[in-house]
Amino acid sequence: MMDLVPESYYVGLSAVLFTIGVVGVIIRRNPLVMFMSIELMLNAGNLALVAFGRRAGNADGQALVFFVMAVAAAEVAVGLAIIVAVFRLRRRLSVDDLSVMRW
Amino acid sequence: MAHVAFSLIAALAVASALGLVLKRNAIHGALFLVVNLASVAALYLTLGAEFLAAAQVIVYAGAIMVLFVFAIMVLIPGKEETGPDPRRGWRLAAVPVGALLLLQLAVVLRGLRSVAGAGGPGTPGSVEAIARLLFTQYLFPFELTSVLLLAAMVGVLLLARRGHDGRASRRPSRGWGPAVRGERMMVGRAAGRRGAGAPPSEASE
Repeated sequence: MMDLVPESYYVGLSAVLFTIGVVGVIIRRNPLVMFMSIELMLNAGNLALVAFGRRAGNADGQALVFFVMAVAAAEVAVGLAIIVAVFRLRRRLSVDDLSVMRW
Repeated sequence: MAHVAFSLIAALAVASALGLVLKRNAIHGALFLVVNLASVAALYLTLGAEFLAAAQVIVYAGAIMVLFVFAIMVLIPGKEETGPDPRRGWRLAAVPVGALLLLQLAVVLRGLRSVAGAGGPGTPGSVEAIARLLFTQYLFPFELTSVLLLAAMVGVLLLARRGHDGRASRRPSRGWGPAVRGERMMVGRAAGRRGAGAPPSEASE
């Protein structure tokens, strides 16, 4: 406990992970992998929140992360259901097929 | 000691994230994501957030990843990212976009160092402190979360339901323009016939 890793390291790591997630969303064509990249970005944000929370010295950051986790769970469930529904229609798995969701 | 642990876990997290993004096979990506989530949970532990580390393992690595793996299994992966990319030029733009974003974040975070921390490095992340916050200050968002989860559950049931007539709603001729119909029918037949037992060989790189 004597040598704590400074929070800026955690925030830097979080920035790197977030960037990897963004690149993943851009370069991949499989909607499932894009979803997993989005999870990666959410996790990076959570990590930054926890690091900031430790720096601020209260538990608010961690409470916020709790909400982010709940929202992420809901988002993944709905997103995967949409992907499965689109796959049933098109029998193919590509983000270009998601244009069928257009009104 | 703490620095060594941090470096190891951070390297693991970055490597698994890169594996998720760069591997072609979706199931490999899912397993990489499990490693990444676990390493982030370990980072929570080093930050003194034991509750979140446990929640991370239970919610993410447990529930969400099982959902992902189920979806990948159901959706017959491996066929999706083969063949020529119709928008290769656009996707190559990911490299400068990512570099720009990282640069931007670095510039923003550089200013962070001058901001002094409010409190000492105590242990604010105890389960008791979080529970106290959640049930006092954040009680309303907490209840809203339950409503959100309920709405998501109902929505997922609605979306994943089959058609009214009991048939799977994949009939080729319903609501689609004539331009895509023929091509889609052929693709649909081919995809339906090959089934789940014949993963293409180029899927696993």
